[in-house]
Amino acid sequence: MTAFTAAVEVRLKHGVLDPEAETTARALERLGFELEDLRAADRYELDLEAEDADEARDRADEMAERLLANTTIHDYEVTVDQR
Amino acid sequence: MTVSVIQFGGSNCDRDTVQALAHLGVDAALVWHEDGLPADTTGVVIPGGFSYGDYLRAGAMAARSPIMDDVRAAAEDGTPVLGICNGAQIGCESSLTPGAFTTNASARFQCEHVHCRVENADTPWTAAYDEGEVVELPIAHGEGRYEVDDDRLDELEADDRILFRYCDEEGNVTPEANPNGSKHSVAGVTGESAHVAVMMPHPERITLPDVGPTDGQGVLRAFADAVEA
Repeated sequence: MTAFTAAVEVRLKHGVLDPEAETTARALERLGFELEDLRAADRYELDLEAEDADEARDRADEMAERLLANTTIHDYEVTVDQR
Repeated sequence: MTVSVIQFGGSNCDRDTVQALAHLGVDAALVWHEDGLPADTTGVVIPGGFSYGDYLRAGAMAARSPIMDDVRAAAEDGTPVLGICNGAQIGCESSLTPGAFTTNASARFQCEHVHCRVENADTPWTAAYDEGEVVELPIAHGEGRYEVDDDRLDELEADDRILFRYCDEEGNVTPEANPNGSKHSVAGVTGESAHVAVMMPHPERITLPDVGPTDGQGVLRAFADAVEA
């Protein structure tokens, strides 16, 4: 078994309104920063032991599907690194 | 012969719901989620509140708690199930009903009375109303914006699964009368079968005559009718 960290990034699907991100972007503009857009995402880092990176990814995928993301409104991305 | 009103840690409309049902002559009892659904349950309300502190997403944790397996099984057996507010978020998170409720377009918590138009009066929840009737209902939520992909929403509309839409006093569905930016102003939807439904407005808060109007009674009467049937 090898120690991995699987990172799951969950973000709203393209086209789904994100009022928190819009509010944050407006606050940055009030501070004098120039920007065209701001997208926010939640990132979960899962430390786990697996036979290989593929297994670690499969398990993280399932966790994203079943809880971490709501696939009605979210896309997610999994990246796996050896710890 | 009891309607079970499920209490999670952080539920806060549970006792109001029991009181409102009792006013309508419906036998209702609080059920702590860890105790599971009692065998004599004739109906289920998933009440409003902030279960699990809205951790991860509103309703996400409660939707995955073991009692929801009981609720799904009861729903499949034909037991009426209603999710109100946080209960609506839980209903969608647990796939009892389609779509998702997410952050209001205003990015603010909104607590106000709104008007809703009855879109389909041919459900247990709306049988007391006429199609097109305008009812006054309170909302109190930060994450009530209904989201679902466009194709799915077309299907839901074609299948008459929209219960209520936000509207103005005259029943016009307009962007101004949509308090939270819900897609197509959807305020409530049914599951695969009409006896399962979720809605963001609170019928239990507008049922007792002591508080004022009683427009919400019709929704909760579904349980009285189910018990009689």
